[in-house]
Amino acid sequence: MVFTDIVFYTLAAILLFAGLRVITTRNPVHAALFLVLAFFTAAGIWLLLEAEFLGIALVLVYVGAVMVLFLFVVMMLDINVDKLREGFWEYLPMAGFIGVLMVVEMAMVLGGKYFSPTHAVTKPAGYSNTAELGSVLYTDYLLPFELASVVLLVAIVAAIVLTLRDRQDNKSMNPAEQVKVRKQDRLRIVSMAAEVEQPIAESVAIDTPAEGKQ
Amino acid sequence: MMFLAELFGEYWAPIQTVTWTLIKIVAIVLPLMVAVAYLTLAERKVIGYMQVRIGPNRVGYWGLLQPVADGLKLLFKEIILPTASNKGLFFLGPVLAIAPAFAAWAVVPFDATMVLADIDAGLLYILAMTSVAVYGVIIAGWASNSKYAFLGSLRSAAQIVSYEIAMGFTLVGVLMCANSLNLGKIVLGQAGGFWHWYFVPLFPLFVVYFISAVAETNRAPFDVAEGESEIVAGFHVEYSGMAFAVFFLAEYANMILVSMLAALMFLGGWLSPVPFIPDSFLWLLAKVAFLLFLFLWFRATFPRYRYDQIMRLGWKIFIPITLVWIIFVGAMMQTSYGYLFH
Repeated sequence: MVFTDIVFYTLAAILLFAGLRVITTRNPVHAALFLVLAFFTAAGIWLLLEAEFLGIALVLVYVGAVMVLFLFVVMMLDINVDKLREGFWEYLPMAGFIGVLMVVEMAMVLGGKYFSPTHAVTKPAGYSNTAELGSVLYTDYLLPFELASVVLLVAIVAAIVLTLRDRQDNKSMNPAEQVKVRKQDRLRIVSMAAEVEQPIAESVAIDTPAEGKQ
Repeated sequence: MMFLAELFGEYWAPIQTVTWTLIKIVAIVLPLMVAVAYLTLAERKVIGYMQVRIGPNRVGYWGLLQPVADGLKLLFKEIILPTASNKGLFFLGPVLAIAPAFAAWAVVPFDATMVLADIDAGLLYILAMTSVAVYGVIIAGWASNSKYAFLGSLRSAAQIVSYEIAMGFTLVGVLMCANSLNLGKIVLGQAGGFWHWYFVPLFPLFVVYFISAVAETNRAPFDVAEGESEIVAGFHVEYSGMAFAVFFLAEYANMILVSMLAALMFLGGWLSPVPFIPDSFLWLLAKVAFLLFLFLWFRATFPRYRYDQIMRLGWKIFIPITLVWIIFVGAMMQTSYGYLFH
């Protein structure tokens, strides 16, 4: 057993544990955090496979952005755990069927001749798979890549259009208008003649001791 | 040594590697901790003088032992655990805040040869690590089970995720010029005097990067995550003693990290500004110190941003600026003026 094997088995054990806890833990926030741990260890395993771009992109995109927003939502939800567990037996056959199907698929991939370990190629030290991926994406696979980006863009625009409603009772302000405000818009300087106050100090001085005697 | 080599057999080489790596990690983290401690003193002194005060001057000569006194005080204070908090996550929060701030230093080159891990995807690694840092704040805010803490963590999470996009785009500009993701190669691509440094062709990106860096580290004027006049102390309102100190250390470690990155990517790293003075690690220190001074200067100068204005600045101003400048750089590289952008 070489050193990388020890690292692999450690990461794999953590990954399996985290994956299991995602579906067994009762608290949804804990489940989301275990999913983060699972992504992180999966990224570690990808690094062992010399896929450093994919590994780091997994951390950057899924751990750094997607799961943050996910946690954001889960933390604000008031989830009733008992209600979530209703209908467990009702859905079990369907879920079991899909689970078995995935296990069979994975077994076919792992046991198949195209994915046997002899196909793994070790690249020389100077090999950068970020640069390789970039050059392949922008030459051979330019059209599929651009199509995928257009699909994503459409999805972004659609999500915003579907959820953006102009509420009537909205009191939010427009910062762009606010920062453009100048002194002339808000402030009016009026020149007035100076007002001289009447000398009323004496009458007050006489009244006060009279109140004090009562 | 020979005896040990025979004892461990084939495991000797990996054990040696791990030991050496650990020693190097300590050699990076220890000076970093000292730098963090003295940055807190520098902040109080600088802001003090800017406000015509003296700042701390009682502990040690010129207040030089103040960080030690502060550290000892926080170490001996009780860590109060709120009854309704989520206990495991409450202590995980500070750990997750400080771990990425230190982990990112693994790929930072201090010199042409002094670097812990000289990996090709160094810039990506740093982006990944800094994007993980937000978990410390979110988990701390949620686990405290307090409204102020939760509001602070929500503000912080949205702010960090937003400014990360602008920051990522500025780095795209840098790697277009440098043609590499390796931080050492990015610095070497700027060789030959300060007019070759990337802040010249990428000046708008440099400005956007530094302002985003201030926002990423939750520093004034973007410190709404802990805006003490609105939500007491934000996400760390329930923390006391050393648990609070760890958040404090993480913030300052992150400040040093983003300043270091700005120095490496835009200001030529350890390269000297003029060719006839030799390159040295000291140049890097000077550049980082200057950028850190800017952080303190900002804090003493600017009033806090309002939250919607922060979001507007990030999404509607910085991201369009970076996008336009990246396209401009890409287009210019195809013309005969392309040499200006390398």
